[in-house]
Amino acid sequence: MSNLTVIAVLLILMGLAYQLGTAKSSKQASRAARDKTTPSMHSRPHHHGALVAFWTVAPALLLVLLWSWFSPWMINQMLISQLPEPMASFSGSELEAVLRRVHNVAGNFVAAGVLADWEMQAAQYYQEMRALSQAIMVAAVSATAAAGLFLSYRQVNPQLRARNAMERVIKAVLIASSTVAILTTIGIVLSMVGETLRFFQFVSPMDFFFGTTWNPRFSTVGGGDQGEFGLLPLLVGTLLVASVALLVAIPLGLLTAIYLAEYAPSRLRSIAKPVIEILAGIPTIVYGFFALVTVGPFLASLGASVGLDIRATSALTAGVVMGIMIIPFISSLSDDILTQVPKALRDGSLGLGATKSETIRKVVLPAALPGISGAVLLAASRAVGETMIVVLAAGNSPVLTANPFEAVSTMTVTIVNQLTGDNDFSSPQSLVAFALGLTLFAITLVLNIIALLIVRKFREQYD
Amino acid sequence: MQNSQSSPDIASQQTAITARNVEVFYGDTQAIKGIDLDVRNNEVLSFIGPSGCGKSTFLRCLNRMNDTIDSCRVTGSIELDGQDIYHSSVDEVLLRAKVGMVFQKPNPFPKSIYDNIAYGPKLHGLVERKPELDEIVESSLRRAGLWEEVKDRLNEPGTGLSGGQQQRLCIARTIAVSPEVILMDEPCSALDPIATGIIEELIHDLKEKFTIVIVTHNMQQAARVSDRTAFFHLGEVVEVSETDDLFTNPKHKRTEDYITGRYG
Amino acid sequence: MSQDNSNLTVQDKVVASLKRRRRQEKLFRTLGLGSVILSLALVAILFINIFSKGVPAFWQTSMTVEVYFDPDVIRISEKPEQQPNETFEDFDERLLDWETQLGFVNFNRILSDSITPLLSDFERSQTRYVTQLVTSGERHALRDMVMEDPSIVGETRSLTLLTSADVDVWLKGNIDRSLPDDQLQLPAVVREWADELHANGHIQNRFSTALFMNPDSRSSLASAGLAGAFVGSFYMLLIVIFLAIPMGVAAAIYLEEFAPKNKLTDIIEVNINNLAAVPSIIFGLLGAAVFINWFKLPMSAPVVGGLVLSLMTLPTVIIATRATLRAIPPSIRAAALGLGASKTQTVFHHVLPLAIPGILTGSILGVAQALGETAPLLLIGMKSFVASIPQSPMDQATALPVQIYLWQGNELRNFFEARTSAAIIVLLMLMISLNSLAIWLRRKLEVRW
Repeated sequence: MSNLTVIAVLLILMGLAYQLGTAKSSKQASRAARDKTTPSMHSRPHHHGALVAFWTVAPALLLVLLWSWFSPWMINQMLISQLPEPMASFSGSELEAVLRRVHNVAGNFVAAGVLADWEMQAAQYYQEMRALSQAIMVAAVSATAAAGLFLSYRQVNPQLRARNAMERVIKAVLIASSTVAILTTIGIVLSMVGETLRFFQFVSPMDFFFGTTWNPRFSTVGGGDQGEFGLLPLLVGTLLVASVALLVAIPLGLLTAIYLAEYAPSRLRSIAKPVIEILAGIPTIVYGFFALVTVGPFLASLGASVGLDIRATSALTAGVVMGIMIIPFISSLSDDILTQVPKALRDGSLGLGATKSETIRKVVLPAALPGISGAVLLAASRAVGETMIVVLAAGNSPVLTANPFEAVSTMTVTIVNQLTGDNDFSSPQSLVAFALGLTLFAITLVLNIIALLIVRKFREQYD
Repeated sequence: MQNSQSSPDIASQQTAITARNVEVFYGDTQAIKGIDLDVRNNEVLSFIGPSGCGKSTFLRCLNRMNDTIDSCRVTGSIELDGQDIYHSSVDEVLLRAKVGMVFQKPNPFPKSIYDNIAYGPKLHGLVERKPELDEIVESSLRRAGLWEEVKDRLNEPGTGLSGGQQQRLCIARTIAVSPEVILMDEPCSALDPIATGIIEELIHDLKEKFTIVIVTHNMQQAARVSDRTAFFHLGEVVEVSETDDLFTNPKHKRTEDYITGRYG
Repeated sequence: MSQDNSNLTVQDKVVASLKRRRRQEKLFRTLGLGSVILSLALVAILFINIFSKGVPAFWQTSMTVEVYFDPDVIRISEKPEQQPNETFEDFDERLLDWETQLGFVNFNRILSDSITPLLSDFERSQTRYVTQLVTSGERHALRDMVMEDPSIVGETRSLTLLTSADVDVWLKGNIDRSLPDDQLQLPAVVREWADELHANGHIQNRFSTALFMNPDSRSSLASAGLAGAFVGSFYMLLIVIFLAIPMGVAAAIYLEEFAPKNKLTDIIEVNINNLAAVPSIIFGLLGAAVFINWFKLPMSAPVVGGLVLSLMTLPTVIIATRATLRAIPPSIRAAALGLGASKTQTVFHHVLPLAIPGILTGSILGVAQALGETAPLLLIGMKSFVASIPQSPMDQATALPVQIYLWQGNELRNFFEARTSAAIIVLLMLMISLNSLAIWLRRKLEVRW
C-alpha cells in the first residue's frame, strides 16, 4: 500500500466521519427541540461533523507524513548496522554509493557490475524492512484514525462547542499558511548563509569581496590551485548592465507615465496603459532571445556605421533590452504615484497661471519625487537580479571593465554558470554561487526595503 | 477699462468682469443656466446659495479653471477688460495671471514658504534679480498679514504652517503675481473661527487694491465681508444687489426663503 | 514697491514670457507623446520580430513517399506471442530478442529504396546521400511501425516523412544560396534533389504537428518538439495551482482579517512585499540548497520546479488577495457580525465569496508568471536535454521557457532560430490566453462598491 493509497483511504474516511458526526448531532438536536429538558445545541450539526472528521483524519495524516519522513532514514540506519565491514564504517559519499546500489538492487533496477553476496543479502533485508515499516505504518495509522473517530464521536453532545473548536482549527491552518512566506525568507537566508560560510572556508572573504579577477577554474582533480573568485568584475558588470537599463527605462517610463496620467485623452490612456504593461508580462527568456538575435546585431551594425566598436553581446545590448523590460515597472508605478498627487496642488499652480508642463515639472514631480524614487529603486532591484537577458546577451566575459560596448558578466549569469547541477556542493566552484546569491539577495533586499518604505510613507502622506 | 460697458444701475463704477448668458455643461447635464453678472472694480462680490447651485462652477469660469475638467463646456461670453476670455486668442496663462484664485482647502506647494510665494513671479518672469524677488515675497507676505509670523522661517516647508496660515500663504502667493481680480472659493470653510476672522479682515484690506469675488456657504460671512452679494439657485443668479439690501430686503421669494433658513 | 505701477508691466512681462513657455509646453508634451509612442513601438517591434521569425516554423517541409516495407531488407522472424504455458519472464526474453533483431534492420535502405524512384537524376553511387533528405527520426518511426504491426512487411504505405532540418532550411530560403559550397550544410546533389522534389510537389510545406507532438530531440533535429516541455510545465503549474494558491489565499485571509495589527504583522507585510521583489534566481538557489541538497529530491524534476515556482508565486497571490479583501467594504463584515455570525463565519460566508473574482484574477496572473519563469529552473538542473515525455512529476523534464533556452543555444542556428521563435509564440500565446482569461473574469465578475 503506497502512501498515496493510505491518504486516499483517509480522505474517504474523512467523509464518512463527517456524516457520522453530523448524523449524531442532528439526532441530538431534534431531541433537544422535542423535549425542553435536554439542553439545546451550542453548535450546528455540520460543525460537529467537521470536528469529528478533523479528529479522525488530522492525527492520522500527521502520522503518515512523519512516518514517510523518518522511516527511510531509520531503515537506512538499520541497514548500515547490518552491513559487513568495511562497508559499515564507510561514511559520506562512499556510504551513499553503497546504499544507492543496495536500493537499486532492492528496487529491481539495473546495478552495474557483478552483485556481491552481501549486496544481495542487504537488498533482501532492505526490502523486508520496508515492507515491515509499511505494515506498521498502516496499522498505526488505522489505529490512530479509529481512535480519533471513536473518541471524537463519543464527544458529540449538545454542550460541546464544536464551532469554536473548528474555528480554532481553521485559524491554525491560516496562521500556518502565513508563516510559509516567513519560512521562505528564513530558508533563503539560512541556506545561503550556510553555503556561503562553507565557501569562505576555501576562499577568504577579503579575496571574494575585493578580488579583481574572476577565474574559478573548474578543476576535475582536486588540487591546491582553486582559481580566483574576485567579486568585483561581476559586481561592476551587474551595475553596468543595470545602469544602462535604468538610463533607458527611467526617461521613457517616467515620460510615458506623465503623458498618460496628465495629458492623454482617456481613450488613449485606456489602450496604451495595458499594451505597455504587456511588456511586464513577457517572460525574460523571450527578451533574452530578442536581445541575442535582433537587438545585439542591430546595435553592433549601428555602432559600426558610426565607427564605434560595439559587440553584439555586450552590456549595452543586455542593458537596452532590460530597460525595455522595466519600462512598465517604472511607468505604472509612477502613474499610480502621479495620480495620487492631490488635484488641489495642480489647481493651485494652474490658478497662478502656470502652464501644464510647468505645473508638472515644478509642482507635481517634486511632490511625487519620493514615490517615484521608490519606483526607480524597485526597478533597479529588478534590473540587478535579472538573469535570462544577461545570460543570453551580455557576452559572459567576467573582466573588469566600465565600457558598456564590451562583453561583461554579471552575478546572476555566474550563479547559473557555476551551479552546473552535478549535485556536488562541496567544491568552491559551485559553493561560490551561494556567496554570489547572498550578495545579490543583500543588495536587492536593501533596495526593496528602502523603496517599499518610501512608497508606503508617500501613500500615507496623501491618503 | 478702455471699454466701459456699464449697465445703467452701475453707471458710477466701472466693471472688471462682464458675464453674459453664461452656460456650463458637464457632459450632458447643465450646471449653469444663462447667467448675466457684472463684477465691479475694487469691490468684494460674494456668491451665496445652497450647495450644488453652481456658484463654484461659475467662479471657476472666471479664470477658466474649468478647462482642466475634460467634460466641461462653457458657452456665452465673459469679458475681462473688454476682452472675451473664452476667445481662442486668449491665453489662459495670461488670464490666470490677471485673475488669481484661492481654493477651498489651503493648498501650499510642498516647498519652502519663500518658494511658494516666489513660484508665480519666477514663472512669469516678473523679476530678474534675487533682491527684487525678495522684495515681492516680503511685500506679498506683509499684505497677507503673514510676514511677522513667518519672516524667520522662510525656508521651512509651507505645509508645516497651521491651516489659517496656509490659507494666508495661498493668498500671498496669489497676490505675488499682482492680479487684477482674486477669486476665492470658500476660502474659510476648512478653517476655525479665529483663522476665519483673520482672513475676513484680510479680505477687507485687500479690497483697496484688488477686485475680489468670493464664494461662501456662510451668509454671515457674506454679510460681513462683501459689498454686493449674488444669490445663486439651481444654476441661475436669482438676485444681485448691495449686501445690506439683499439681506434686509430681498426682492425674490426664493432669496428670502434661503436667507431665513427655509432651505439650504 | 514696484507693484503700484505694475499692472501694465506685469501683463507685458507675462506676455513676453509666453512664447518661450508655450514652446517648452509643446516640447514637453511632444517628449511625453514620443515616449508613449516609442514604448508602444517597442511592444510592436518585439512581437513583429518574434512572429515574423517564428510563424514560418509552424510549417515544415515534408515528403510524401510510397514506402515499400521490403521483406528482403526487413528480415525478421515472427513477432512472439505469449504462450499459455509460458512465464512472463520467458516471454519477455523472447520479445527482447525479437526487438533486437528488428533493431539491426537497415531502415535507411528502405527509405532510400522508396525515395530513389522519385529522383530523375540518380546514380547508384549516390545512395548514401538519399537518406539526408529525410530526418533521421523517421527511420525510427518506420521501425516503430513494424514493431507495432509486423504484418506491414511486404506492403506499401504512403507516408509523409519530415525532411531533415538542413533540407528545411534550404527550401525555406533560410540560408544564403550564394554562399560557397562547403557552407551550404548539404552536398550539392542533395540540394538539387530537394529543389526537384519541391518543384514537382513531392516535398511540401505542411503544418508541423511534430512541433507539438514530439519531445525534444538532438539526433533528429527536424522532429524536435515541445511535447516534453508542455508536460513538464503542466506538472509544475499543477503544483503551483494546488500549493501556492490555497496557501496564498489562506495567508492573505489571516493577515487581512484575523491578524492583530502590530509590529510583527508589519514585519510580515514588509517581508512579503520584499519576497515579491526578490530576484527569481534566488528562489532557484533556495531550491537547489533545500529541496535537492537536503531533501534529496531528484534533479530537474517538475516536482522540485513546482515547489520552487510555488514559493515564488506565493507572495503574488498573497498581495493580490489582500488587495481584494481590503477593497471589500467593512459594512459587509459589520452586517454579518451584527447578525451574530462569528468572525470565521463572516469571513468564509460573506467576505470570501465577494473576493473570489479578485483572487482568481491575481492567481491566474501568478500562474502566468510562473509559466514564463526560467532562471530558477536552470538552477535545479533543468538545463539538461530530455528526450522523453515525463511520465510523472518525479521524472526528468524540461519546461517551455527552458526548452526555449535550450533551443536558442543549438548550433544549427538557421533552423533553430525559427523553431525557438515558434516555441516563444506558443509560450506567449499561452500567457496571453491566461492573461485574457484573467481580464475577462475581472470584467465579468467585478463588483463595484
